[in-house]
Amino acid sequence: MKATRFRTPRRILVAATALLTLSALAACGSDESADADAPRTQADAVTVSEPWIKAADKGMTGGFAQLANKGDEDVTVVSASSAAAQSVELHEMAKDPDTGAMVMQEREDGLPIAGGSTAELAPGGDHLMFIGLTGPLAAGQEVEVTLTFADDSELTFSAPARSFSGAEEEYDPHAGGHDG
Amino acid sequence: MGDPARLSRRRLLTTGAAAAGGAVIGAAGGAVGARALASSSDDDAASALHGSATVAFHGPHQAGILTPPQAFATWIAFDLRDGVDREAATRLMRIWTEDSSRLAEGRPGLTDTEPELATAPGRLTVTVGFGPGFFVATGTEDRAPRWLRPLPAFSIDRLDERWNGGDLVLQICADDPVTVSHVTRLLAKEARTFVTVRWVQHGFRRARGSEAEGTTMRNLMGQVDGTRNVTAAEADRLVWIGAESARRFGEQPEWITGGTSLVIRRIAMNLDTWDELDRPAREESIGRRLADGAPLTGKREHDEPDLEARDELGLEKIASFAHIRRARSEDPDERFLRRSYNYDQAPAAGTMSDSGQVFVSFQADVEAQFLPIQRRLDELDLLNQWTTPIGSAVFAVPPGVRPGDWWGSTLLG
Repeated sequence: MKATRFRTPRRILVAATALLTLSALAACGSDESADADAPRTQADAVTVSEPWIKAADKGMTGGFAQLANKGDEDVTVVSASSAAAQSVELHEMAKDPDTGAMVMQEREDGLPIAGGSTAELAPGGDHLMFIGLTGPLAAGQEVEVTLTFADDSELTFSAPARSFSGAEEEYDPHAGGHDG
Repeated sequence: MGDPARLSRRRLLTTGAAAAGGAVIGAAGGAVGARALASSSDDDAASALHGSATVAFHGPHQAGILTPPQAFATWIAFDLRDGVDREAATRLMRIWTEDSSRLAEGRPGLTDTEPELATAPGRLTVTVGFGPGFFVATGTEDRAPRWLRPLPAFSIDRLDERWNGGDLVLQICADDPVTVSHVTRLLAKEARTFVTVRWVQHGFRRARGSEAEGTTMRNLMGQVDGTRNVTAAEADRLVWIGAESARRFGEQPEWITGGTSLVIRRIAMNLDTWDELDRPAREESIGRRLADGAPLTGKREHDEPDLEARDELGLEKIASFAHIRRARSEDPDERFLRRSYNYDQAPAAGTMSDSGQVFVSFQADVEAQFLPIQRRLDELDLLNQWTTPIGSAVFAVPPGVRPGDWWGSTLLG
């Protein structure tokens, strides 16, 4: 895990988790009446808040959110998908060894979230990369995104598109291995 | 405005204002003057931080209307881009509602690039209004309020198109100008695919804590301005559209129940010629004493003026042309909530100043409440010699929202 992951202020994270929690539509259901403290799947343990996607007409765009692992066990997001794009990749920012510039590359081993911690997907850091948009993503449009975890459990949430000037990370095709 | 003052303290104390802010407000009501004399040290309780104070965003009515006026305000009017229809307008309203509610709580906007600027809301309120063009673009013209159109031309008007109209407006008020600036920029930039900016007006009042809460504002001519304002207790009758307003002014479209109308007039002041007037003449022009705002026939600011009173020569004590006589109607329904601010911008080359007032009023019915008074002032008001309306806009203000709901849902949803 790169040290560049948590770059924006912690206070956003605290406020986010405390105040706005988007109800995640977990594919595996959420009946936790018996042993509420022990999530049955990795998806059950994770709460998505503050999701959004950068509005774009075509091509690629970034998706962001706070992924809070409420359980004690570590979980790993291994893939993501959305009807809004041909593919969705888990990306991180890394220093290009040749130029020293920060470029994004695919996280080959997925996105781990330690028990009790929150992964922040934010511009300039880890993010979801929507590749090959299937249509224009206008500001305010809602996009459904599904995360798949290491145990094959899934978590689906809805994220609004927003106009945003940043998140123009340079893509390093050598590291990622796809033709964006 | 004695009643709004009491309301403001109670309201802030009970609507989730930070505990520290609330305590300060309570203290400030009684003894700001005494404190100021007794101590100017920074650790005095009266100088505790105000930035965390909040005004509830959700409710049956939008905030920023009955809210006791914050120190700073920006009005930003927009025109809808071509092709923005009902569906797109709905998306814009969802975005603005979401981020305005977050910001009002002191939380950054969802995509906030300067989140540290959002942490001191300072009683931030954001209020949205719809201009005539909004109804055209969204195909809802048949439900536009009948009063939603430009005010009729008045003889005193010298309107400049750069301050007129607009398809949409946001009123952004807070006690901190950095907050106002940040929120204005954030809400405008995330709407950039829907709208273009038409005009922006900035206004200010006394800084928070300079005077006791509820002190009637002074305009830049030095006058106490806004004494006989609509109180919270009168709002159901005079401000909010609903059953009460229907009885008095006639039915209005169902969707705007809980909403109101917003008139924004930019009033330039000629302070150079006003400077030629001595205090007695200034007081006669308005009919109030400059020192305390009391009517020339009374002792205190809120004394009712005696319009019949005459002096030893048999002349009216409050002149026929005095502003308070002209602005007063015998019809108790011909009143409206004033929420005006001063402006003072860089002057044109060769001039000394460019100052005036962003006149802001809220009323259930523009035609029934506002226009009769404006006509009276247009016909005769000595103040017209030093004041000139240079901008004018009218907006329909939708009702407030519950959590999860969005502005305009009763119209567009």
